[in-house]
Amino acid sequence: MTRYVARRVIYMLVTLFLIASITFFISKMLPGTPFADPKLTPQVRQQLFEKYGLDEPLYVQYVKYMVNVAQGDLGNSYYFEGRPVSQMILSRFPVSMFIGVQAVIFGIVVGLALGIVAALRHNTIWDTLAVVIAVIGVSVPTFVLGPVLQYWLGLKLGLFPIAFFESWWHSVLPSLVLSVFVISEIARFTRSEMLEVMGQDYITLARAKGLSGLAVIIRHVLRNALIPIVTVLAPLTIYLVTGTLVVEQIFAVPGIGEQFVTSVFVNDYSMILGTSLFFSVLFILALLIQDISYGIIDPRIRVHGAKE
Amino acid sequence: METKHRDLTPDLFGPLGVDEQESERIAGPPVGFWRDAWTRLKKNRGALISLATIVLLFAMGFAIGPLVASHSPYAQDLSRRFAAPSADFWFGTDEFGRDMWSRVWAGTRVSLYIAFLAALLDMFVGVTFGAVSGFLGGRVDDLMQRVIEILNGVPYLVVAILAMLVFDPGIITISIAIGITGWTFMARIVRGRMLQLKDQEFALASRSLGASRSRLVWKHLIPNSLGPIIVNLMFTIPSAIFAEAFLSFIGLGIQVPEASLGSLISDGAEQLRFHPYLLWLPSAVFCLIMICFNLLGDGLRDALDPKMRK
Repeated sequence: MTRYVARRVIYMLVTLFLIASITFFISKMLPGTPFADPKLTPQVRQQLFEKYGLDEPLYVQYVKYMVNVAQGDLGNSYYFEGRPVSQMILSRFPVSMFIGVQAVIFGIVVGLALGIVAALRHNTIWDTLAVVIAVIGVSVPTFVLGPVLQYWLGLKLGLFPIAFFESWWHSVLPSLVLSVFVISEIARFTRSEMLEVMGQDYITLARAKGLSGLAVIIRHVLRNALIPIVTVLAPLTIYLVTGTLVVEQIFAVPGIGEQFVTSVFVNDYSMILGTSLFFSVLFILALLIQDISYGIIDPRIRVHGAKE
Repeated sequence: METKHRDLTPDLFGPLGVDEQESERIAGPPVGFWRDAWTRLKKNRGALISLATIVLLFAMGFAIGPLVASHSPYAQDLSRRFAAPSADFWFGTDEFGRDMWSRVWAGTRVSLYIAFLAALLDMFVGVTFGAVSGFLGGRVDDLMQRVIEILNGVPYLVVAILAMLVFDPGIITISIAIGITGWTFMARIVRGRMLQLKDQEFALASRSLGASRSRLVWKHLIPNSLGPIIVNLMFTIPSAIFAEAFLSFIGLGIQVPEASLGSLISDGAEQLRFHPYLLWLPSAVFCLIMICFNLLGDGLRDALDPKMRK
């Protein structure tokens, strides 16, 4: 197990190293310099270049950049002069996380309930409902669902505030939009795994031993059906990141996604690259946790390495 | 009813004899893998309707839509901004007076084009990589698998964003960005099939008849893996379509005046309060595309690989 975890961590570091290197070289390929202001005299520009180390050879800059990134320093924003990118990201992150975590919790609870009911009432209206929601969840993207819910629940029915982030009520619609995909994924997964487990011999045995229906469902079916659900973790993280970009844009939530979209529009390159790096770290961490928990659950993966 | 008993004497019994010709006769026409799959797919009504709808969407996007449109998707006319859907402008006009009917089909064209290109890249890069890795095995396989594990950690979103920064934003850049990250899963599946197939009897037979390695791979092993390849392809397509629309929605994709369903939806969301048709129409077309590809993918998976059915 230790060897397995160590190998996963090494892959993670190599991937991160690769992404950080790519972002560095891309930042060098971008048109223009941060000090292109024509009002600057050549001397002043030279001084600025020296101050930020831009006159040094590329490999020196590269090493310095990598050392900085390893220490969590992502440079300063081009647009908001002098503000460190990492600080800006961290100041916005809690809002995004709150909305995301709320969506995931709500999604898991509703998705589990729906999946269980669909499996137990196989081939009934509940089952159909779960399948329909699963199709909607993967087919209707957040950027359609967001405006639609904003229009109906917010504007027409006036149930929730439609923009900004001033109280808990403001977080309901954004979280709701994000949770639809979570619900559909969890429901689909729970349903199919439960159907599979319910056909197994040990379930028949449990029933034959005289266990009550509820005990069989909770102690045997659910426990075994929910094990593979960790595979949803990494895709879910990447979904939440893209979802945040969209949802915060639509509902004007001052989170990391809204900041990112703004930085795209004002060409704040250091901010874009820094946020990309931050997203990569989130994704890779989720992948790592997924792989490790999978290794704990299923010993075959530890031995053979990759999951097939 | 009265039954008449009759004595059973040995001469009543004799060997019936087996007609050798008869027993060798094949009862029905042989049902091959593809016929079998097609029969199964035909039973799936949702998948069939989706297939027909996709064909229709292709026709609307590339032929009928632009042909029957009386206005260019790019012609601006501020005197007719925000015209509601009417006999002249079937889908209305946007804030610059551009015809939404032609713009929606132009956007559909982009989505379908992305679907096609992503599938092509996935097929060439993913299948080749997986085939080489699985067929050669050993050290090469080890190395190639490490490459995949590293690439697997790179989120497509980040690649797409970085690609957009360096190259001109547009269809080609999006396609490449999606292509760079999208093929690893395909490579894994093809590799698995290769490992499974390459030591089977038919491969051995072909080899002992003197088939070269490339002939063995392309004429025997890949055709035998087409089922899983197609199934996986069908799930690459909607995610590529989504990726393009998403990037266009946040402003990193197709740039104005070109139209993408993502950017149309983004513009429509801003006008939602007063001109909701600007959001509904492109959204409806986009969701239709996604639903159809997803349902067709589900149907094909059930038809081609009944074991994978979930």
